[in-house]
Formats: sequence, structure tokens, C-alpha cells
Amino acid sequence: MNRVPVPAALALGDDALVLSHRLGEWAGNAPVLEEEVALANIALDLLGQARALLSLAGDEDELAFLREERAFRNVQLVEQPNGDFAHTIARQLYFSAYQQLLYGQLASGEGPFAPLAAKAVKEVAYHLDHAEHWTLRLGDGTPESHARMQRALDALWRYTGELFEPVEGVSADWPALQDGWSAYVTDVLRRAGLTLPEGPREGAWTAGAGRQGIHTEPFGRMLAEMQHLHRSHPGASW
Amino acid sequence: MTGTDWPLWEVFVRSRRGLSHTHAGSLHAPDAEMALRNARDLYTRRSEGVSIWVVPSSAITASSPDEKDPFFEPAADKAYRHPTFYEIPEGVRHL
Amino acid sequence: MTTTVPDAQAPEAVFDAALAADERIEPRDWMPDAYRATLVRQIAQHAHSEIIGMQPEANWITRAPSLRRKAILMAKVQDEAGHGLYLYSAAETLGTGREELLDKLHSGRQRYSSIFNYPTLTWADVGAIGWLVDGAAITNQVPLCRCSYGPYARAMIRICKEESFHQRQGYELLLALSRGTEAQHAMAQDAVNRWWWPSLMMFGPPDDASAHSAQSMAWKIKRHSNDELRQRFVDICVPQAESLGLTLPDPDLRWNEQRGHHDFGAIDWDEFHEVLRGNGPCNEQRIERRRRAHEEGAWVREAAAAYAAKHDGHHGTHDKHAEHTEHDNHGKPEEAAA
Repeated sequence: MNRVPVPAALALGDDALVLSHRLGEWAGNAPVLEEEVALANIALDLLGQARALLSLAGDEDELAFLREERAFRNVQLVEQPNGDFAHTIARQLYFSAYQQLLYGQLASGEGPFAPLAAKAVKEVAYHLDHAEHWTLRLGDGTPESHARMQRALDALWRYTGELFEPVEGVSADWPALQDGWSAYVTDVLRRAGLTLPEGPREGAWTAGAGRQGIHTEPFGRMLAEMQHLHRSHPGASW
Repeated sequence: MTGTDWPLWEVFVRSRRGLSHTHAGSLHAPDAEMALRNARDLYTRRSEGVSIWVVPSSAITASSPDEKDPFFEPAADKAYRHPTFYEIPEGVRHL
Repeated sequence: MTTTVPDAQAPEAVFDAALAADERIEPRDWMPDAYRATLVRQIAQHAHSEIIGMQPEANWITRAPSLRRKAILMAKVQDEAGHGLYLYSAAETLGTGREELLDKLHSGRQRYSSIFNYPTLTWADVGAIGWLVDGAAITNQVPLCRCSYGPYARAMIRICKEESFHQRQGYELLLALSRGTEAQHAMAQDAVNRWWWPSLMMFGPPDDASAHSAQSMAWKIKRHSNDELRQRFVDICVPQAESLGLTLPDPDLRWNEQRGHHDFGAIDWDEFHEVLRGNGPCNEQRIERRRRAHEEGAWVREAAAAYAAKHDGHHGTHDKHAEHTEHDNHGKPEEAAA
């Protein structure tokens, strides 16, 4: 049986959609022209994944533009504002490491997401490579870049616990995913001369509710901007 | 190297297997690894390549256009290097 | 070389002969200083236009009304960054680095195309930019693929190839609006009304008032006059507007049987010069945003440079033959986890 579990398609699709949107906000603002191109490539890959996943669950545009905030199932990590370049890289490192391990598992399984994951996992490998290279450079660059990178990693740490909460309809080995993720992130941060954050990442008031439709304040504003035009012209086609 | 001045790299792209790398252009990057990635993003966005080389522009030694004649003209009068120089009787094949 | 150079081989004669034979001038060839300066000015302005031109369209990425349109727009704005990079590389072959050119842009000593000093007020403006602004740019750029300076011509070939989708997506976007609801149609017409005249100004002042035209044509940097290209553009647009179901905002626009071209109304050159002088609706805003991105990115560029200095600049691949880079393995989570 390869029927697509809708909640799972929404969870994975929303992750990709929201992160793509955030990366799209960099357009025209990147620290160097070469990064304009790099960040847009990642955003486009993610948007492609989002469209494929949401289309498994219904009409991509209805789902993207007409759902209320509480109906989105993305993890809170991806909706976090771009912040400075270090925050964007930290968010990408945390998320791409998770996505690569998860999609790697899905691609080698026989579930409904296998074909899609097999394509996406190659894209994600590049996203992770990009994030890793920048983590090394910011961590081991100047004192300022080191401080900014550490601050970003610390600030986003609380949103990483949620990544390993099983998603309904996604058959993955979650404990193995968490172990692999921790080993990888620990290794990259060590090589970058950065410290693995220590704060809490589960329990009350750490993140963990995005999959249940509880989001952070900036997300509402992001959706207001994203959905405004589409909602202003009900039934129109574009 | 000042903070805002990354060195220049020349980019060579193999467009498909069986062809050699061809000069595609240049870009700035802080180091070779980033140069390779920037080149991938910039010069192969539309599947233009299967392999990339990056070379620091400063590492390239070029012939001088002032030496154009001594460098390249002596080759011009050696027509016997080209197969069309030779007359072969009609009907002789595989030659 | 100690042999005397015969007169015919004087660098100037070699340069002139290359131009006469329609050959390309390459970076290390001798060239007149003024030729070099003209090229740097033109290529820089072109490169600046690409990267400033990202702003009016990026303004709508986060509000694109469908995911398909959002992907298209992101890819297009990304292309513009890429085109900026190709062009800065071309300028760099003339001995002027990107950093210097960006400085000149940020301090107002070099220009970018005035068209980008107009605001994108509605979603339809994204379509109007694609159809009209990119259309005008392509009309200008296609002849540049045969420009006498090799690196510029090669950059333009790449850019024109990539840009063909830019104009088509704009046209398609407007068509969807024009055939859509009443409100959408009105949005499209309003955008065309606002962008038509500025697009015609993109070809530059009339031939009799154009400062650089004649010399640029002699050098084969430019192949057609401003007015020639403008006329070509108008003739192309009229039937396209009809197919769109939209009108062009010019009561004097009509076919002239004798000339075999469309006549069109007088362009408001006062507006053109005002915008050029910095008094357009968005001049301040565009440069300010560009400057801010550059300044806020300084610590990132410094960090990468510092890292490269610590790690010898060739971290990872430096002592292998280039062929071997194809087989490099990069650390991935599986390996780290194993």
C-alpha cells in the first residue's frame, strides 16, 4: 500500500515551503553576490520539494496560501527569521543535517515518499555541504564571526529537539536519526572551533509544537505577507 | 588579502563526459573549496556541466600578445603537417 | 624580442586592423585608453543594472501569488545576480576589480540603468518588467553579442541565452492577468501604463543628443543607434500588446505605411534627466539597500578571507591534480555517524 499519508506530506512539505520562503527573503541582501546565487539555489530546491510534497496532499496553492497559521505543520526551526548570515547558516546546518538523514532513510525504504526522497536527498547533500563550509569559515574565521556563529547556534538550539519527534505517517528510525544528527553536528562544530550548545531542547517552552500547529510569533507575519495577494483575489488564477 | 577582496579564480567546465574542460569565466572566492561551490552555483545552474576545475587566476601564465608573431606565425607555413597537403590518387581508400 | 617592429605592426594599426576585420579584441591586446575606459564604464553600468535590478523584482518574491510564480521569480532574480557576476568578470579582464566598481556604485560615481529607479507597486509590475524592461534590454543586448571586446561579447551571449525566459515569463504573467478577473486585468493595464515610457527611455537619449554613440559605433562596441533600437522595440511591442489584450499608453502610436514603422509620441526627456540626476522615485532607496547589504556582509567576507589565510587558501584540494577533484568525498552525516 503506497497511499500517501496526508499529515506526513504536509509536515515535510511545510518544512520545505517555509524554509524556502525565508531563504527567498535574502534576495538582494546577501553578504556577497556569489551567495545570492547559492542561497537562491537552495531556496529553489526546497520550493521544488515543497510543491511535490504538497501536491501529494492536495492543491499546492490552496495549501500554501489558504491555510491558517494553526494548520501549518512545519517545525518551528524553519520559520525562525533569517537574522544575520550566521543565523541563516546555523538554521540551515541544523535543518539540512536532519533532512539529509531523514530523506536518506525514506529514499532507501519502500514508502510513498521514496521516489521523491531519492531525488531530494541529492539536493539536500549540497545544502548541507554549503552550511558546513560556512560553519567552518564563520567559526574559525574572525573573532566577530566566531561570536556571531556561536550566538546563532545557541539561539536556535531550543528548536532542534522537535526535529526528532516522530511524524505521523513517516516511517523512520527516529532514535538513529537523532544519534546520527548529534554525531554530525558535534563533529562539525568541533572542527569549526565552536561549542555544542547545552540549553534545553524539549519540555515546556522549548520548541516542539510546530508539528501540532503551534508556531512562533514571526510566523504569523511571514504568512500574512506570503498569503496576502493570493487571498485578496479569491478564485483568481495567476 | 583584505577582508573584502577575495581572490579571482578562473572556472573551467566539462559540459559532458567525453569533452574537455572549457573556460567558462571567472569568479571571486576566499579559497579553492568555496570557489568550486560558487562555480557550481554560477556556471552550472542550467545543467551546463558534469565537472568543474577552478584555478587561481594568478597561477595562470599566458603568452603575451606582443609575442604573437614569433609564437604563432612560424606554424603557419608548415602546411605539410596537415593531411590535406598530400595528393593521393583517386580511388585509394582508408588513407 | 630585439627585432625592430615594422610600422604596420604598431599596436594601434594592429588594433584598427582587428576592428576592420571584425575580429575580437582580447584582454591582453593593446587597446586605446579611451576604448578601455568606455568599455569599463559600459560593462560596469551594465553589471550594476543587473544587481540593482534584482531589487524591484525581489520586492515581490515573498508575495508571489502561486508557488509556480514564486519559483519562476526566484530563478529570475537569481539569474540577475549571476549576470551581474558574468559582467563584473568581463570588466575585471580590463584591469578593474569588482570591489572598485562596487565602491563607485555605492558612492554614486557610476550609474545603473534608470529604469530601476521606478517602483514595483503591484504584482503586475513583475510581468511588465519581464515583458517591457527585459524586452528592451534584450533588444539592446542581442547586438552586444557581437561587440568587439571578446569577454563582453561572450558574457552577453551567455546572458542573452539565459534571458530569453525572462521576457517570456513576464509576457505569460501579464497574459494570465489580462485574461483573468476584472481586477487582474486592470492591474495589468495599470502596470503597462506606468512601465511603457520608462522602457522606451532605456535606449538612451535620441541619436543627435547621445554623447558616446558615434565613437562606440566606430569601435564596434555598439552596433546600432539608440533611435534605431528604440524603433525596433516599438515595432515588436505593438502586436504583442494586441495579443495581450492591453493597450499602450500613447495616443500618437500608429502604423506609418511610408516608413514601414510605427510612429510614436514624444518622450518626456525631462523626466529621464531628472531620474538620471537622482530624483527618481527610488534612487535613494535602491542605493541605500545595496550599500547596506554590502556593509552588513563585510564581516562574512572578512571571516572567509581570514579562514582561507589560516588554512592556506587551498584547503583540501591543493596538492592534487585538478582531475582528481572530481572524486573528492566531502564529510557527510553518515560518515560522521558511522
